[in-house]
Amino acid sequence: MARILHIEDLRVHFPINIGTVRAVEGANLTIEEGEVMGLVGESGCGKSTLGLSILRLLRPPGRIVEGKILYHGEDIVRMGAKEILALRGGRIAMIFQDPLTSLNPLFSIKEHFIETLRTHEKRIETKEALARAERMLSSLGISPERLHEYPHQMSGGMRQRIMIGLGLILNPDLLIADEPTTALDVIVEAQFLDLLDDLRKRFNLSIMLITHNLGNVAQLADRISVMYCGTIVEVGPAQTIFDEPLHPYTQGLLASIPNIKLDEPELKLMRGSLPDLVSPPSGCVFHPRCPRAMDVCSEEWPKTAAVNGHQVNCWLYR
Amino acid sequence: MKNLVRYIVTRTLLTIPMVLILLSIVFVVLRVMPGDPVSSMLGGHAPERVIEQKKEELGLNRPLAVQYVDYLWQVARLDLGDSMVFQQGVTDAIIEKMPATIELTFFAMIITLVVGVFLGAYAADHRREFRDSMIRLYGIVIYCIPVYWLGLMLQLIFGIWLDIFPIAGRTGSRILSSTFEQSGFYVIDTLRAGNYAAFGDVMHHLVLPAFTLGLTLSGIFVRLTRANMLDVLKADYIVAAEARGITHTKIVYRHALKNAMIPILTMMGLQVALLMAGAILTETTFSWPGMGRLLLERIYLRDYPTIQGVIIVYALFVAMVSLVVDIIYAMVDPRIRY
Amino acid sequence: MNYSPARALARIFAPAARMGKKYGVEWWILCAGACIIAAILFMALFPGTLAPFNPHQQDTGPQLASPGGAHLMGTDNLKRDVWSRIVYGSRTILGVSVLAALLSSLVGITLGLLSGYSGGILDRILSLIMDSVYVFPGLILAIAFAAMFGPGIINITLAVAVIYIPTYFRLVRGQTLAIKQELYVEAARAIGASGTTILWKYIFPNVIATTVVVFTLNVADAIMIEAALTYLGLGLPPSIVDWGMDLAMGKKYLPSGQWWLITFPGMMISLLALGFTMLGEGLAEILNPRLLER
Ligand SMILES: Nc1ncnc2c1ncn2[C@@H]1O[C@H](COP(=O)(O)OP(=O)(O)O)[C@@H](O)[C@H]1O
Ligand code: SF4
Ligand SMILES: [Mg+2]
Repeated sequence: MARILHIEDLRVHFPINIGTVRAVEGANLTIEEGEVMGLVGESGCGKSTLGLSILRLLRPPGRIVEGKILYHGEDIVRMGAKEILALRGGRIAMIFQDPLTSLNPLFSIKEHFIETLRTHEKRIETKEALARAERMLSSLGISPERLHEYPHQMSGGMRQRIMIGLGLILNPDLLIADEPTTALDVIVEAQFLDLLDDLRKRFNLSIMLITHNLGNVAQLADRISVMYCGTIVEVGPAQTIFDEPLHPYTQGLLASIPNIKLDEPELKLMRGSLPDLVSPPSGCVFHPRCPRAMDVCSEEWPKTAAVNGHQVNCWLYR
Repeated sequence: MKNLVRYIVTRTLLTIPMVLILLSIVFVVLRVMPGDPVSSMLGGHAPERVIEQKKEELGLNRPLAVQYVDYLWQVARLDLGDSMVFQQGVTDAIIEKMPATIELTFFAMIITLVVGVFLGAYAADHRREFRDSMIRLYGIVIYCIPVYWLGLMLQLIFGIWLDIFPIAGRTGSRILSSTFEQSGFYVIDTLRAGNYAAFGDVMHHLVLPAFTLGLTLSGIFVRLTRANMLDVLKADYIVAAEARGITHTKIVYRHALKNAMIPILTMMGLQVALLMAGAILTETTFSWPGMGRLLLERIYLRDYPTIQGVIIVYALFVAMVSLVVDIIYAMVDPRIRY
Repeated sequence: MNYSPARALARIFAPAARMGKKYGVEWWILCAGACIIAAILFMALFPGTLAPFNPHQQDTGPQLASPGGAHLMGTDNLKRDVWSRIVYGSRTILGVSVLAALLSSLVGITLGLLSGYSGGILDRILSLIMDSVYVFPGLILAIAFAAMFGPGIINITLAVAVIYIPTYFRLVRGQTLAIKQELYVEAARAIGASGTTILWKYIFPNVIATTVVVFTLNVADAIMIEAALTYLGLGLPPSIVDWGMDLAMGKKYLPSGQWWLITFPGMMISLLALGFTMLGEGLAEILNPRLLER
């Protein structure tokens, strides 16, 4: 399998008046062709920032300070403005948390599709663009007549499917989905995840599924990266992450879902909350909350270790 | 579509109370308030008998309720009575002057929108940069410059010192006014007559007054557009559009600006009202023969029926503009529920 | 410790600089506005210290002399000193516009509080009337009033005051309604506070911050309306010194190029309006950043 995305030592900072928010601090992540990579972690740990960095969509003052984002071996961090525009939507698609506000309320669905197609294929005829949009809608289970409607006339689930359709209309090979179901209700959420699974096979997609909901990734992901405080603390196959989590943070995270039983009952509650990203803790960023912290933990950052097919950053696994 | 028609009809019906209230206010101000227009009209030293006779003639001695009903009936028939000073119906006098005012206001509105909206959007796109500060400063300063003073200064600079634009009137005297018999909208009439020299002259005369009126109001639009754009640029659909590779220019001037214009559109009625008020001052400054100048001339002459008539027409105008703005709003924003 | 003027100044301005750090540009805008107002207020309060001539005095020098020499801003057709007229004219415009704004805020706030708090039919009728007046161009209304009242300083103040009543009414009524819904008023009512107590203790203080900002901006607008009325020859008898009237008079000499007769009075009107606008903008940003964005 080829590597579609390889993020190396990425650091993204937001300089603000009270200091610098280190939203992403030395993150490493890979996505293989055709796989679904789940990116999980508490709210505010930098998942969205990481996702946005891949398309260089950071708003000022956000800035990539260091690191590489290799897409098929090409470094996105170093790309020029033109290449980035071609990349966005053309080769990498991204959908966001709130489908209700992700479509321009003044443009019909049709206009959204035509504009997107025209942006990447300058000479495409309106007729052909419409035909392609209709085909896309049908394949998403939406009647093509709805192309003429406006966003406010559709339900949340339908709008999220439209967003996917807009993302996939140009046949990209990577989809970044940032909490795509958080705003949807449970039944629609399940349907949507099924659809994602289906699309991934049909379009031969790789997906980066960002979520703070472990149930979502359990259903879909092949591998899972666990993010904490701007960095990835554990990566492994979805099955073993759930069955044998290694990192104390992963264990805590799993313990917080009610339907997954864990052997060690003392881990059920994670102490404290996410630290301030302006001045993160020294050493292992998790040490103030870690039930198994040792002296060395507050002094030095643990190097990545390969254990049981996982990559984990923790002094317990030297 | 059927919904839209129904909305338009209901909205039009809802205008009636507003018109009635505006008309009542005009009535109260001009007839019920203390102040005796008749004696001042007759110079203040007229004998009691003459004043009484004049009042009788104007029907001002009748009970107020009767006068009020009669007044409303007058307006409903669009017959605003006769001038006290000239042998002319008030309605005719107003109709003669109206095109000049509409022409001036129309071109001023275009200048306001183009300058104000563009600068506002541009400033929002370059938020916190030097350009942004300069544009905001322009907005505040131009807002504080009274339209009549701006007019005088432009006259001084471009009319007197540089001598490139005329400072008074709608046309030069060398063009026969018979060219413009038809509608009173000189821009349209000269074009229809194919008289391009006259058209050029009319446009030449329009430049200073239209810019005077247009620029003064542009400050408000700079601030409104900028504030709305800043809000809209934060919206999710802007990031989503960026994620689809849409160019920055398209995102700012197509996606964002269109959305930012909607709240501005709802305030447009007020802006047009401001523009009409500004037009009175511009007309006075530029000897522009429109309704505003008519109003002031007749105030000096104490031509009471004409004063009342002009103010009524302004009131009707305001009601109509707010109606039209609401209808346009309903047509532009697909979300609006009728 | 020995006295040094520099240190004294530094001590006076240090708090200002600290505020500047905290609020940024908005604070400096506010300060600039306050300085402009203070300067013109000084003019109005102590005209004798600034004006070399009586504003009515004719034959102060040559007719229509251009600025320079004994006449900082030149002289007019009656050989009066333009600068002296500017200095004394500040009293009229400042007095009329501030008084008018005070008057309309008093009436508007009272009616707004009453209407919003009591609700019912009174609220309906008042709102309908106020909304209609609100959309009607203020200047035209003021022209109608001024034409009916005839010239006079009280009359013009009333004419200007009338047009801002709906602004305060709508603002205060809206806020009163919103605050009325809020929990703490409910709670106060539950404890047994009377209607007037609720009005005074809870609603009024909340309304006042916004009103201060609107008042300042309102004075700026009133300045331009006052000058507009007198420019049009409405509102004031010729015996009163006024910038708008001087501007109208200067207009006659524009074609012959006597630029100073229009430049200075107009500049002063703009400057004064700018002062109040900047003060208002600064206050708005500092008291409530969201207030003016909509
Ligand atoms: N524009 C911004 N300015 C300052 N800080 C920001 C900005 N955007 C995000 N952050 C900070 O970056 C951190 C990561 O945010 P985010 O990537 O949205 O987290 P997640 O998606 O995991 O919830 C948070 O602490 C957030 O406060
Ligand atoms: S390194 Fe230490 S503190 Fe960090 S997770 Fe491992 S045990 Fe806990
Ligand atoms: Mg997020």
